Amino acid sequence: MSYTSPNQSRSPLYNLLLATGLLIVLGSLLAVHEMESQGHIITGMNNQIVWGLPHVFAIFLIVAASGVLNVSSIGSVFNKPAYKARGPLAGLLSIAMLGGGLMVLMLDLGRPDRVIVAATNYNPTSVFAWNVLLYSGMFAAVVVYLWTMMEKRMYPWSKPAGLLVFVWRFVLTTGTGLIFAFLGARQAYGSAILPPMFIILSFAWGLAVFHIVQSSIFAWNGIRQDEYVQKRMRNLMGVFVVSGLYFVVTYHLTNFYFSRQSAFEYFILRDGGIYPQLFWWGYIVIGNLLPLLLIFHPALGKSKSVIGASLAIILGGFAFLYVFIIGGQAFPLDIFHGYAVSSTFGDGEIAAYRPSVYEALLGLGGLGVAFMITAIGIHVLNFVPREIPTKVGHH
Amino acid sequence: MSEIDTQRRNFLKTSAGAAAVLIAPGFMLFDIAHGKPQGASNKVRWGMLIDTAKCKSGCNDCVTACNRENGLSGGTAATDSQWIRKIELKDISSGREVSLPMMCQHCENPPCVDVCPTNASFKRVDGIVLVDKHRCIGCRYCMMACPYKARSFVHEPLHDQNPDVPRGRGTVESCTLCVHRIDQGGKPACAEACPNNVILFGDLNDADSEIAKKLRSLSSVQIRADLHLNPGVRYQGI
Repeated sequence: MSYTSPNQSRSPLYNLLLATGLLIVLGSLLAVHEMESQGHIITGMNNQIVWGLPHVFAIFLIVAASGVLNVSSIGSVFNKPAYKARGPLAGLLSIAMLGGGLMVLMLDLGRPDRVIVAATNYNPTSVFAWNVLLYSGMFAAVVVYLWTMMEKRMYPWSKPAGLLVFVWRFVLTTGTGLIFAFLGARQAYGSAILPPMFIILSFAWGLAVFHIVQSSIFAWNGIRQDEYVQKRMRNLMGVFVVSGLYFVVTYHLTNFYFSRQSAFEYFILRDGGIYPQLFWWGYIVIGNLLPLLLIFHPALGKSKSVIGASLAIILGGFAFLYVFIIGGQAFPLDIFHGYAVSSTFGDGEIAAYRPSVYEALLGLGGLGVAFMITAIGIHVLNFVPREIPTKVGHH
Repeated sequence: MSEIDTQRRNFLKTSAGAAAVLIAPGFMLFDIAHGKPQGASNKVRWGMLIDTAKCKSGCNDCVTACNRENGLSGGTAATDSQWIRKIELKDISSGREVSLPMMCQHCENPPCVDVCPTNASFKRVDGIVLVDKHRCIGCRYCMMACPYKARSFVHEPLHDQNPDVPRGRGTVESCTLCVHRIDQGGKPACAEACPNNVILFGDLNDADSEIAKKLRSLSSVQIRADLHLNPGVRYQGI
């Protein structure tokens, strides 16, 4: 069974898309060059907001890279044929997003030229150091997994490889959540609910990315998606959205219950300007209510509304991370409880942050890299999902 | 003498000469940097006791001294390094006002050291928490982890550094307790500069030291004692 993707993807439009992707990546490298020669002074980040927009992009990509593998896991680990057919594409997307996210994280470092130091000096108590192993191991595990799914004589190994990836990505997203969970002194973080919350959010974000890419590929190649499978995957995405929301609500409610945390919650949910705006409009309305409506409303739920829901989930994810990462740092650290404080170093003040174009370019570069890996991957190997039950309109 | 012996002798001579040329600058630099052959002692724990009752609001002498000693610009923009800062406190319920200097608290269990992926953040055996500027990759995780906001990231290229206090663009830095002075038997620049003797520096482990005696007889607090980090800097009067 062969599909038309390699031929079709040589069209002028494909080349144009690829060129655009390349341009975005080059733009990010230019931004990095400027950041390296002039220092982080040209970014909006400072000594109060130490992680900024690049980290929003990087963490979204890394979390979604883990979540998208759900599609593979449901196929290989839980033996659902419709998902099995989509396993290779999910694996490719995972590698692509992991690559993009890691690029952003690496290039935002103060000294990215010292990446060899990170590889050779290993602090066993640092979750960042664990993540160096978890992320690189993830690449290797997914490559092996792809091999077992795409090479006929390796098929018998597909299930154990799938199981390895299944376990690995749980540990990986736990590691990503732990970066924040271990920050015991900051009001916004330091909670054991964060790793499972990131895992559930990863399911929704990953599946949303998968839906968009799959729909694009199907539309490109004139393949009509099987309606039953689409309905199942769409509903699954809805369940993931609700589960993610449950964790986020629980996290904020428990914070509210502790009086030492309530000032922070009022800031992030009501008084903090851009942060509550982004939380309510960006995450709750666009990231949850809109997709749930598009997915579960009886009159909707068709292919286009699934794409709309997926886009909304992704936008909501970015809004959530912006509030979580930057809003979490903007609220002043409570160093002297019971005192009103002031200093030349931002004590007692809400920290200001205005992202610069360089950070935005770097973050977009991560998306660019993920896009390039996906587009080239689909071009050179057959990652197009094989729709087994019905194939209409493909030639 | 055989030809081989002559060759061997010449080779050894050249090697010895080359080795001397290679090693000598190292010795010289070590000398210039006031290096000491013996390392820090684990019997010592350096610390400070800060008497906030004597600290004057508006006085910034400790900050100025720190900036001069360590070659910091003294700027207070959000991207400027501030190793020590004055904090003005006002008790919300009683209105009592206190002024105090805040810097790296040199914790016994420093979160910055725990989270550093490359071991660039480290604690010396005498309790001083430092950053190895050659190992720091500039990830800023330590800045996220520090409960005291004691660390700064170098956002711009640096000029005219103090050779005793190397710094580096793209790396994180903080109060070193003036380790270069301590290693010469001196005390931190802030403690020396304070006109009101607010900052008492000494060895917490030496029962006969002034700081240890005061800590025994007076009531003092650790900032954010709830985190169980056991900082080396203690405060009186808050």
